[in-house]
Amino acid sequence: MNTATTTAHGNFSAHDDHGHEPGGIMRWITTTNHKDIGSMYLWFSFAMFLVGGCMALTIRSELFQPGLQIVQPEFFNQMTTLHGLIMVFGAIMPAFVGFANWMLPLQIGASDMAFGRMNNLSFWMLPPAALLLTTSLFVPGGAAAAGWTLYPPLTIQQGMGMDMAIFAIHILGISSIMGSINIATTIMNLRAPGMTLMKMPLFCWTWLVTAFLVIAVMPILAGAVTMTLTDRHFGTSFFNAAGGGDPVLFQHIFWFFGHPEVYIVIIPGFGIISQVISTFSRKPLFGYASMVYAVAAIGVLSFTVWAHHMYTTGLPLTAQLYFMYATMFIAVPTGVKIFNWTATMWGGSLTFETPMLFAIGFIFLFTIGGFSGLVLAMAAVDVQMQDTYYVVAHFHYTMVAGALFSAFAGAYYWLPKWTGHMYNETMGKVHFWCSFVFFNMTFFVQHFLGLAGMPRRIPDYALQFADFNKISTLGAFGFGLSQLLFLYNVIVCIRGGEKAPAKPWDGAEGLEWDVPSPAPHHTWEVQPVVK
Amino acid sequence: MSGSTQKLGVSRLFAGLVLGLLAYSANAAYQVNFQEPATKLAHTVYDLHMMMMYICGVIFVGVFGVMFYSIVKHRKAPGRESAAFHENTTVEILWTVIPTIILLVMVWPVTKALVSMRDATGADITIKATGYQWKWGYDYIKGEGEGIKFKSVLSTPREQIDGNVPKGEHYLLEVDNHLVVPVGKKVRILTTAEDVIHSWFVPAFAVKQDAVPGFIRDTSFRAEREGTFRGQCAELCGKDHGFMPIVVDVVSQEKYSAWVAEQKAKMAAAADDPAKVWTLPELMARGEAVYLQNCAACHQPTGKGLPPAFPALDGSKIATGPKEGHIGLVVNGKPGTAMAAFGKQLSDAEIASVITYERNAWGNKMGDIVQPAEIKSHAK
Repeated sequence: MNTATTTAHGNFSAHDDHGHEPGGIMRWITTTNHKDIGSMYLWFSFAMFLVGGCMALTIRSELFQPGLQIVQPEFFNQMTTLHGLIMVFGAIMPAFVGFANWMLPLQIGASDMAFGRMNNLSFWMLPPAALLLTTSLFVPGGAAAAGWTLYPPLTIQQGMGMDMAIFAIHILGISSIMGSINIATTIMNLRAPGMTLMKMPLFCWTWLVTAFLVIAVMPILAGAVTMTLTDRHFGTSFFNAAGGGDPVLFQHIFWFFGHPEVYIVIIPGFGIISQVISTFSRKPLFGYASMVYAVAAIGVLSFTVWAHHMYTTGLPLTAQLYFMYATMFIAVPTGVKIFNWTATMWGGSLTFETPMLFAIGFIFLFTIGGFSGLVLAMAAVDVQMQDTYYVVAHFHYTMVAGALFSAFAGAYYWLPKWTGHMYNETMGKVHFWCSFVFFNMTFFVQHFLGLAGMPRRIPDYALQFADFNKISTLGAFGFGLSQLLFLYNVIVCIRGGEKAPAKPWDGAEGLEWDVPSPAPHHTWEVQPVVK
Repeated sequence: MSGSTQKLGVSRLFAGLVLGLLAYSANAAYQVNFQEPATKLAHTVYDLHMMMMYICGVIFVGVFGVMFYSIVKHRKAPGRESAAFHENTTVEILWTVIPTIILLVMVWPVTKALVSMRDATGADITIKATGYQWKWGYDYIKGEGEGIKFKSVLSTPREQIDGNVPKGEHYLLEVDNHLVVPVGKKVRILTTAEDVIHSWFVPAFAVKQDAVPGFIRDTSFRAEREGTFRGQCAELCGKDHGFMPIVVDVVSQEKYSAWVAEQKAKMAAAADDPAKVWTLPELMARGEAVYLQNCAACHQPTGKGLPPAFPALDGSKIATGPKEGHIGLVVNGKPGTAMAAFGKQLSDAEIASVITYERNAWGNKMGDIVQPAEIKSHAK
C-alpha cells in the first residue's frame, strides 16, 4: 500500500502549544481539534456503553431464573428498549465516529477534519440526547417500552417517555449526519498529495462507505419517528388501520433504515480489523481492491434486503422469495472479506498482541454471526426463529463480537499513538480472554433458547428455558465486569507507563505512524507527499 | 506469544463444551434444537435447518482450519520472513464463485418449502385468532365447529409468578381454554389483533404469523399426531407480552366432534337472556370473574392499578362518578392508551356485570346496579 515519505518529524513539535485556546472545561466545549473531539466521542461512547451495559445486566438478572424477582414487566420492557437504543446510537456509532475523528486526518495526511465547528457541534449534540433518553426513565409512565424497533401501535400507547425517545433520536440522527458529512468531505477533499483513493488505508475506505450510508438512512429514521409523533399527538393515521394507515408500513420504513444501520455499525470495524490483521501478520493486506469492492457491495446491497426482518408480517410469497435471495447474496462479499483476512495471515510472521487477539476473535465470532444470519435469511427456517432468542444471539454475535471487538482491537492498536504510552499487554490479553469466554457463555446458549422457542423481550419464561438462561446471566456478569479491566488499563496508560515510539508495531504501515507518539495537538500542517 | 497456545486450549475447551451440550440434547432442560416437529412442514424446516448447519459447519471448519494452521505454523520466529504476496486473481474469483454456487444449492429446497408453507388453500377448518392485550380470542368460522368462540387466557396463578408457591410443570404455558383441532385436518388460522401487533407462534407446527390490528393474515398447519402443543405470543405487545401463551390440543376426529357438541351446548346454556333483570349479588359474582380475566392485568386484582400508566379504580373518579361516564369508557376505551374498547370484546351482560363490580368492589360503595340493557343505550 502507501509508502509515505515525510518531512522531518521536528515540524510537529513547534506547533504543540495551546496558548491560543481557553483552558479548563472551556477547552473541551469550544474545541475544534479533531483529536480533542475524537477523545470526547470515545469517552462518551464508553460511558454510554457502561450505562447500556447496566441495563443489560438488569435484564439478565431478571432472567436469571423463572418468575418475577427483580423488576416488573413494564420496567423490563423499558430496559430492553433503552438498552438497544443506547448501545446502537449512544455507544457503537459514536465510538466509530471517535475513531474516525482521531485517525482519518492522521491516516490521509490532513491537518484536521474538514468542518471543525460542525465537528464540535455534532459531538455536543450527543450529551443532551443521552440525557433525554436516560431521564425518560423518571417521567410519568416511564421510558419508551416498545423495543428499540419502536413498532406502532404499541408506541402510540406509551407515555411522554416515548416523545423524549423520539426527540433523542432526532438529535442523535442530526449529529450522525453532520459527523458523516464531515467524514466524507474530509476523505474526498483533504487527502495528502499522492494519497489516491486506492492507496487509502482500509479504515478510510470503510468509513467513506459508512458515511454515505448514514447520510442516506438517518433521515428515513427521522421520518419514521416523526410520523409516530404526529400519530401520537396530531391525529394523523400513518400507522393506524382505523384511519386508513398500516402498522406494517412503519416496519418497512424502519428496516429500510435499519438494515443499512446494522452495516453502519459494523463496516468501520471491517476497516480496523483489516489494518490490525495486516500489521500483526507483517504482511500487506491480501486482496486490497477486492476488500474495497466487497465493502462497497455490502453497502449497496444493504438497501435491498430490509424486509428479511419482516418475514412473518404476512408479506406476499414473491416478496419473501426476493428478500431471501437478495439477503443470501450478501454472504458472498462477506465471505470474500473473511477469506481475504485468512489469506493475509497465511505465510505471515504472526504475533498475538491484544489488538491481534481481538481481531482474530472478531473474525471467529463474526463468522458464527454470519452463519446464523444466513440461517435466518432462509425465510422458511426463519419462521421458526423470528422474534426468538436465536435472533438475539445472532445480532449480539455481529454487534458485540463484531462491532465491539473491532472497537477494542482499534483502541489497543492506537492507544500508544493517542497517549504516548504502551498499555499493559498482560492486562489487555486477560481482558480479551475474559471477554471472549464470557461473551460465548452469554450468547452461544441463546441460540439453543431460540431454537427451543423462547420468544425475545419476555421478562419471565417457562421452566424448560431455565438452565441456559442461568448460564447466560452468569456469562453476562462476567462479560460486564471484564470491561472494567479495559477502563483501568486505559486510565493507567493515559497516566503513564512505558514510552511508546512513533511506530510501536513493527509491521504497521500508514501515515499515522510517521507522527510522534503521543500525536501532537496539531499534525500534518504541512501535508506529507505519498509516493 | 503464550496467547495463541492458550487460544487453542480455550477453543478446544469451547468445542468440548458445545459437544457436551449437544450430548445433553436428550435432556429436555438442555434442549439444543427445535421442538419435536408435529407437522410435515415442521419436519421439513427441521431438516432444512440441519442441512444448513452441516454446510456451515464444513465451511467453518475449513476456513478456521486454515487460519489456525497459520496461527500455529506462521508465527514470528527468529529468521522467519513473512511472505509478500497480496493478491491472486484466480483464488479470488474461485472464492467468489464457489460460495455463490453453494448458496444456490442451499436455497432451492428452502424455496420449495416456503411455497408450500404459504399455501393455506383447501383448509378443512378455518379459525380466526385475535390478539388482545394480553390474551387470545378464537372464532371457529368455517368447517366443523363453526360458531364456537372463546377467549384463551393465561391460567398460571400469580402466586407462582411471584414465587410464593412452587411453579407448575407448564408454568406460563397454560391457559384456561385450549384451542382444539382434529388430527390430520388442515387448519387455516386467520390472524388479526384488536390493539397492537401480536404474533401467533406454535413451534412444533413451524407456524408463526403476526397478528396486525386492522388486517387479516393467514397461515395453516396439518398436525400429524395427537397431543398438546404450546407456544407463545412472539411480538412485543406491551406489559404482559410474556404472559399470553397459546395451547393447542390436537385430538382424534371423534374426540373433536364430541368437543364441538359440548361447546355448542355450553354456549347455548351460557347465552344470556337479554330481557333478564340481574340482582346485585349475581352481577358482582359474574363481574369479579370478568374483571380478573380482562382487567386485573393492568388495574390489578386489588383495584389499585399501576399508576401512572394504569390508574387505580379503587376510589377513581370514573368508578365513583356517574354510570354513563363509566359505561362509555369501558365500551369505547381510551384511544392512545392500553385501555381497549371492550364493547367489541365482551357481551352486554359481561360489561354490565364488570362495571357493577368495579362500582361496588374494594372501597367503592356506590350501591348502584348496571343492567345489560343499559349498555347499548349508553354506548356512543
